[in-house]
Amino acid sequence: MPSANTYRAGPDERGLFGRYGGRFVAETLMPLILEVERAYHAARRDPDFAKELTYYLEHYVGRPSPLYFAARLTRHWRGAKIYLKREDLNHTGAHKINSTMGQILLARRMGKRRVIAETGAGQHGVATATVCALFDIPCVVYMGAVDIERQQPNVFRMKLLGAEVRAVNSGTATLKDAMNEALRDWVANVDDTYYLIGTVAGPHPYPAMVRDFQCIIGDEVKVQLQRAEGRLPDTLLACVGGGSNAMGLFFPFLDDASVQMVGVEAAGEGVATGRHAASINGGAPGVLHGNRTYLLQDRDGQIIDTHSVSAGLDYPGIGPEHAWLHDMRRIEYVAVRDEEALDAFQLLARLEGIIPALEAAHAIAEAGKRAPKLPMDHLLVINLSGRGDKDIYSVAKRRGINL
Amino acid sequence: MTRIAARFAELARTGRAGLVTYLTGGDPDAATFAALLAALPGAGADLIEIGVPFSDPMADGPSIQAAGLRALRAGATVATTLGIVRRFRARDAATPIILMGYYNPIHSYGVAKFLGDAKSVGVDGLIVVDLPPEHDDELCLPAREAGIDFIRLATPTTDDRRLPIVLNNISGFLYYVAIAGITGTGSAAVDDVAKAVTRLKQHTALPIAVGFGIKTPRQAAEIARLADAAVVGSALVDRLAANLDDNARARPGLIDAVLADVSALAHGVRDARR
Repeated sequence: MPSANTYRAGPDERGLFGRYGGRFVAETLMPLILEVERAYHAARRDPDFAKELTYYLEHYVGRPSPLYFAARLTRHWRGAKIYLKREDLNHTGAHKINSTMGQILLARRMGKRRVIAETGAGQHGVATATVCALFDIPCVVYMGAVDIERQQPNVFRMKLLGAEVRAVNSGTATLKDAMNEALRDWVANVDDTYYLIGTVAGPHPYPAMVRDFQCIIGDEVKVQLQRAEGRLPDTLLACVGGGSNAMGLFFPFLDDASVQMVGVEAAGEGVATGRHAASINGGAPGVLHGNRTYLLQDRDGQIIDTHSVSAGLDYPGIGPEHAWLHDMRRIEYVAVRDEEALDAFQLLARLEGIIPALEAAHAIAEAGKRAPKLPMDHLLVINLSGRGDKDIYSVAKRRGINL
Repeated sequence: MTRIAARFAELARTGRAGLVTYLTGGDPDAATFAALLAALPGAGADLIEIGVPFSDPMADGPSIQAAGLRALRAGATVATTLGIVRRFRARDAATPIILMGYYNPIHSYGVAKFLGDAKSVGVDGLIVVDLPPEHDDELCLPAREAGIDFIRLATPTTDDRRLPIVLNNISGFLYYVAIAGITGTGSAAVDDVAKAVTRLKQHTALPIAVGFGIKTPRQAAEIARLADAAVVGSALVDRLAANLDDNARARPGLIDAVLADVSALAHGVRDARR
């Protein structure tokens, strides 16, 4: 991969970002994955596809999302100038729909009659159920039984939208097991089913395709900040579970050497405690769900339980492009604990009147550590990847309040 | 000649198909599994697949998922699985042993170390579900270099364009997965399997084993009339699971119960072409 002059050339034809990524799937799925790749490449070259996607992003999703100057947060931290990229204002309340819209249009082009998806926090499940309702395509969402328990509002939303939510009890009954079960479904329904993956992980071409659909976040920030400040940002901050919102923000800036980027993992109760979901800060390279990347695993290569207050970050891996960008030292990856994220959740609600998703609260918490030390002309953009309405129940519960 | 090639040559000479059994290594515990393994050839298993347990077995149904978790809880690792093979091999020099599983435990163990250790304990073949031909440089080519057969799965979705890619670099035998689906679920129609095997035979001289969905001696016999071997996994794992107590410990009759099934399947396979 030509890394000397660009970070944006990957993946190669085998789906590899350096040594990460690839297509580590069962043979039954290989023809399907190759078909998705061919269809996606054809769609990318088709101006009609771009036109259709742009139409729905503008009129249905509500793009562009604002880049909001957070004046009170800036004054509170007394340092860098804070901008929030308001992906929480998208229809369905998170960045996820950028990619589900792109993928549902692709599935339609491919003539697929059924869609399956995995979900953790439920945001991707809701975004998938939404576009399936819009285009009248039957939708099955796999969700870990543990996640169903802590994300009831999203489960109900998916059902309202007409999706079938299938509880997954195998393994640890969380996002990774939901992904296993979706892959099992796909193997058994190869003829008519499109697997709509929610993040920049899985077998090639998913990491690249989901990234491309999410790049609208960074592309808009570039234009919006140019208009507001007349220049590039200095620092970009985003939370990272699988890493789709982060990749969408970062990718358009990768070759702008002056822009510093920080991915924020979930440290749970602390990386040292072992109860966390920080794949880069606390994991090692391995192969799971179709790609090689950093994974949380034991010494025998068994995937281990993750923990985060945020269901959307509760995944034992990270997108392979992040793994590569980490090794290349282009992006810095840090981890933020549950408590810090909960404080940031509260802080943003009080200061700006915005209740952030617990996932995004991790990025806000990290901003709070950096901003006070930075000069006032330093432009810091935080990706506010989702809104926190879905999280009020679990936050209340942690405080002993029964809603 | 490798043990796998020798065994298929012998089966061809006697004019019958082989029975391949699958059980998950270390299920339900190391001692019970080792005792069961030692008795499989006597009960009629011609080739033996041992599953290497993995926490996230994406191509397996509930039976084999549960077997893997039981084995892991009982302390199974790649190293203990290799140890079980070593003890088996000390008493049986002829029955081929094939390790079947997923890549990450091998990746974590270290490919070179794994192949060296696997060869030295007497492993003959590998089936790694999540390593398609696109990633042959990871394990397939090093395994061949180390003298271990790399066995690939062909499936109903493997069309004529893809089949030559799947057949490239493999040895031992070709494993035809009779259904598009996970282990332990549906069964394929015999006619469909017959057509598939005929097609595969046009592309390869390797023996063809057929698996997924074969549960009874009668089904095994049907496959034995068409293919070089029939693979039975989930049905045996289910029998094992039916002989566990509430704490997932082996009840006294477990080994005999599983062996009785193996015997019945072996009779089905052996009588099929008479």
